[in-house]
Amino acid sequence: MPLIDIDALHKSYGETEVLKGIDLHIKKGEVIALIGKSGSGKSTLLRCINGLEQINGGAISVDGQQLINDEMHLRNLRQKVGMIFQQFNLFPHKTAGENVMLAQQVVKKTSKSDAEAMARKMLDRVGLGDKFDNYPDQLSGGQQQRVAIARALAMEPIALLCDEVTSALDPELVGEVLEVVRELASEGMTLIMVTHEMAFARDVCSRLVFMHQGRIHEMGAPEEVFTNPQTPELRSFIGMSH
Amino acid sequence: MSQIGFWDILTNLIFATGWTVLLSIISFIGGGILGLILLFARIGKRKWLQHVVKVYTEVFQGTPLLMQLFLAFFGLGLMGINVSPFLAASVALILWTAAFLVEIWRGCVTAIPKGQWEASASLGMTYVEQMRHIILPQALKLSVPPTVGFSVQVVKGTALTSIIGFVEVTKAGTVLANATFQPFTVYGLVALIYFALCYPLSLSARKLERKLNAAH
Ligand SMILES: Nc1ncnc2c1ncn2[C@@H]1O[C@H](COP(=O)(O)OP(=O)(O)O)[C@@H](O)[C@H]1O
Ligand SMILES: [Mg+2]
Repeated sequence: MPLIDIDALHKSYGETEVLKGIDLHIKKGEVIALIGKSGSGKSTLLRCINGLEQINGGAISVDGQQLINDEMHLRNLRQKVGMIFQQFNLFPHKTAGENVMLAQQVVKKTSKSDAEAMARKMLDRVGLGDKFDNYPDQLSGGQQQRVAIARALAMEPIALLCDEVTSALDPELVGEVLEVVRELASEGMTLIMVTHEMAFARDVCSRLVFMHQGRIHEMGAPEEVFTNPQTPELRSFIGMSH
Repeated sequence: MSQIGFWDILTNLIFATGWTVLLSIISFIGGGILGLILLFARIGKRKWLQHVVKVYTEVFQGTPLLMQLFLAFFGLGLMGINVSPFLAASVALILWTAAFLVEIWRGCVTAIPKGQWEASASLGMTYVEQMRHIILPQALKLSVPPTVGFSVQVVKGTALTSIIGFVEVTKAGTVLANATFQPFTVYGLVALIYFALCYPLSLSARKLERKLNAAH
């Protein structure tokens, strides 16, 4: 049984239909790269999976549970599916450690000492064990993004959604974040990532999904999709990103 | 009638200043508490409550404070409720202060980037938890300079209560000016007193603002 089931998903903002019927089934441990031009609906798709956007049609289920838009169901869903954003979105009034601890304590009702132990473990995992007491503005962009990953991991999600997690970083900081993502992938974490890092996608992902104008235009194994694109749109997209 | 000397004027004014300060504090604290309650209604999830508060702030911001004082004083009197100038002044100023503070604070809440809402939502927090742990602590920090800045408006606003007969420093000044025929000296002193009250407030508002910009 797939971990994430998306069937005939439709999403509109007012009059404009942004997602025009998405079908996507993701198994546990899969690493999916979502690629496509800006405005093709990649972020919207991720946001729908996490319940940040209400859907207008179709169905999404995660781990056998239908996505229902009330506070209790969303809370359950979001404990299973973490999200990492382009702009990191760390809480600036809290230290790195507190950023990782907070939701454990508030949402999962973990005790402070357990939350702290988990936070230290997760910060270690992303290579920032020594930054526990630093505030976000004392960290580089790459470090902030790694704290954001640790913060999501501390909730022990079964899948992570990553929306252009390296796009806001200086080029020299991209590598350290991708390294962490690669590590997660190799440990079997289910990942859905929107990315423009084509080499990385090709190397790490198990499936590539090319979106075009609110639809899945083409998908398949990375090698196959890259070397033998079936549609002119994907061909031109791959051409552009080289 | 004995001559009223400079020191008599000054001591009388300083005594009346006590009432100005007291009324300012009452307005600010009362308006702050009411403003906080209204803020939760304004940024809460109930549409009709948001609307009620919106109308409230528009009415109080869109009419002169003087009219509000008249209505509180004479209006309540007409309804058979006998109010002292002090009570009417306190009520009107509290309502007026709350209307401004709620808008100032709402601005601070909406200034928190959307990403903070999304990140905390994606971690499973409910609206109330987001407010309590993420949004309000950051908004509180932003709100300090404009709130302290607004306290200057409250102090100056109390001067209008002289018109409904409350004897704070402006009213005391009017009485003394009429009795001494030295309006320039008297009002000059009154102005100096207001300045002495307000300047430290606006100065600290500016300092806090700079401090806030420097940190984080
Ligand atoms: N909150 C919104 N309101 C209205 N339109 C939106 C909103 N968010 C995204 N869109 C529109 O939806 C389309 C898809 O956006 P998005 O999912 O962000 O694309 P991508 O991530 O692939 O660049 C774009 O045309 C964008 O303008
Ligand atoms: Mg996007």
